[in-house]
Amino acid sequence: MLSRVASSLYWMSRYVERAENTARVLDVAWRMSLLVKEPRLQDQEWFAPLNITGTLFPFAGRHNIVCAREVLHFMALDPENPSSIYACARQARENARSVRGAITSEMWEVLNSTWLEMQQMDEEKMQARGVSAFFDWVKERSHLFRGVTFGTMHRDDAYEFARLGTHMERADSTARILDVKYHILLPSVKEVGGAVDYYQWSAVLRSVSAFEAYRKVYRDVITPLKLAELLILRDDIPRSLRFCLRQVHDTLGRVQNAQSGETLRCSGQILSGLQYGRISDIFAGGLHEYLTEFLESMQSLSLQIQKSFFYATPVE
Amino acid sequence: MPLDHYYNEMYAEDGSVRRHYEAFSEWLRETPASRIAQNRHAADLLFHRVGITFAVYGESSGTERLIPFDIVPHVIPGAQWDLLARGLRQRMGALNRFLHDIYHQQEIIQAGRIPREHVNDNAQFRREMVGIDVPGGVYAHIAGVDLVRNSDGEYYVLEDNLRTPSGVSYMLENRKMMMRLFPELFAQQLIRPVDHYPDLLLDTLRSVSHVDNPTIVLLTPGHYNSAYFEHAFLAQQMGIELVEGQDLVVLNNTVFMRTTQGPQKVDVIYRRIDDDFLDPLAFRPDSMLGVPGLLAAYRAGRVTLANAIGTGVADDKSMYPYVPEMIRFYLGEEPILKNVPTYSLRVEDDCKYVLAHLDELVVKETQGSGGYGMLVGPTASRDERERFRQRILDAPERFIAQPTLSLSQVPTFCGDGLAARHVDLRPYVLTGREIRFAPGGLTRVALREGSLVVNSSQGGGVKDTWVVD
Repeated sequence: MLSRVASSLYWMSRYVERAENTARVLDVAWRMSLLVKEPRLQDQEWFAPLNITGTLFPFAGRHNIVCAREVLHFMALDPENPSSIYACARQARENARSVRGAITSEMWEVLNSTWLEMQQMDEEKMQARGVSAFFDWVKERSHLFRGVTFGTMHRDDAYEFARLGTHMERADSTARILDVKYHILLPSVKEVGGAVDYYQWSAVLRSVSAFEAYRKVYRDVITPLKLAELLILRDDIPRSLRFCLRQVHDTLGRVQNAQSGETLRCSGQILSGLQYGRISDIFAGGLHEYLTEFLESMQSLSLQIQKSFFYATPVE
Repeated sequence: MPLDHYYNEMYAEDGSVRRHYEAFSEWLRETPASRIAQNRHAADLLFHRVGITFAVYGESSGTERLIPFDIVPHVIPGAQWDLLARGLRQRMGALNRFLHDIYHQQEIIQAGRIPREHVNDNAQFRREMVGIDVPGGVYAHIAGVDLVRNSDGEYYVLEDNLRTPSGVSYMLENRKMMMRLFPELFAQQLIRPVDHYPDLLLDTLRSVSHVDNPTIVLLTPGHYNSAYFEHAFLAQQMGIELVEGQDLVVLNNTVFMRTTQGPQKVDVIYRRIDDDFLDPLAFRPDSMLGVPGLLAAYRAGRVTLANAIGTGVADDKSMYPYVPEMIRFYLGEEPILKNVPTYSLRVEDDCKYVLAHLDELVVKETQGSGGYGMLVGPTASRDERERFRQRILDAPERFIAQPTLSLSQVPTFCGDGLAARHVDLRPYVLTGREIRFAPGGLTRVALREGSLVVNSSQGGGVKDTWVVD
């Protein structure tokens, strides 16, 4: 398929997934902030979503204080913030629009009507609807898009590149969400293992729709170690790093070309680390450090993918 | 002008319903107004959701607008259409013969039937095409011929549109919409289907390739082009790649597209980019839309372009008056379809006459299209006419003039009620190894009361077109 089209499909899916994951991150921050009773500390929670999406710097450039209202608006609705849900919906739709011939009309209709509805959204409407209801809507649109893709799209390379974008972005997001606890300070040391701590970890689980799975797999109280194992190393949790990387690696195997050997090696290397890794080792080296390194390796894999599939292939 | 001055497609002079509209008229009478209103609304929503929009030039880039769709169809009796089809077949046959001739022996000029300077000095005449043989001798593979019906009840050809005519996607979508909203109408009578058009088009493109199993692509200027929706739609319907200039590369006079599996050879290009932008090495060097080296590959016969380069010389408004002569010269037949009498302002007597009768005539730029750069004398203000007069005096050779035609009317929903509005008809004629078309075409309607301009960029809408038996 055309390199330009493959690239647009890849980014279309990434933006849909990014919108969903931003909604998940904000939702968990929102839930956590409701647990904190001290108003002075409430706003502290709102550094987290900015930190984990890497948007604290641009946010600070335009806002003086970090508070729920400002962060929510910036990350959900701000057209000027290129990683807001609003901007993601726009980008997903723009990418789809430039490759309409390669996607089904059902896929296009989902993205187009999402964008049309998104343009009608403002802060007042979001509050009136309920902040969580808005995030649910974003997630539902993303679910719908994936379902429609799965249910209608011809299983050709276009499908592969669309799926590739989904899993690349999702692996990135799960790693970031998992890192959220690093960025959220507990009110005091004695709270570790207490009720607030518990609620925060369960909020992380819920944010990646893995709460029920955790219960089923471990039949145990929520501990950071098991939670991290679930979201990093398990092969049967659809938002875990290992699951996503297996999808990425398999997809890259199916679309490989003469120049993509190094790309496949990169994804294989990351995947084998997840397949044979031990959670105790990860914690020994520090979860935050592990996740930081993982995000860097994903970044370089993403560049490899672009280099071997999307950049103009020279004709010999 | 009194309304009854115009030919009404639905009602006869005495107010009775014409026979081919009877089934529709009865349906209209029996269907509750609320259902019609509901479905008109549904049509708007559906078109918006499917994204059938067009970009409007002159507004901020990326502006998309919906073409208003009207549910009252333009109905044409089968026998009437068959006659039009014969006329179109004849006309396209002659135009393709003409294009081959003027890029080869120029026999029609030697025979003195068309003045030499009309051809050779025409800005659309492409010297690069002289002596080049194109597959099957076909130049205009896809034509969108604009027809109007005058108050005398006769059809006239208004323009031939042999370059990159657009609008066929609306023809297809309008039909789909009508069948979705009012399926009972299609059960009641035999309406000739049009949805096989993409198959016909694909078959036509295949038939003009020099290889057996050609790789065909559709070349678009990109998604900011006003007709991008149509480009994507047609590519998808035909199952071919929709490419932009940046996706193609020419090496050793062979065209390749860049794919995730490496370069792939391209044999036929259905291009929706004007000649001027096709190849920055040969035409406009500032074109970002084209493919460097494409003309050389084309001249070497390594790739087929549809339409060919240089077809604009035949649909140019200054060449239009000679089409009946072409039919007589190449085919030895009398034209079936009528031409509108046309004044060439480069001719001094014609120019004088036109300037004295600006309030009666339609004046058009020979290079204009899309309803831009034209004056509709009877409806223009005094000011507009005077401004146009100055433009004519500055460069008379750039203009032609025609009597104002009384475009026929079809009832159209305006506000809550029906009102008569002017329409035209654009059938799409495909020429490959044979000449084929989908019955009917695109009906455009001028929604503003009294307006004769049907272009979508100028407030026009569209209707489904039915050929009924």
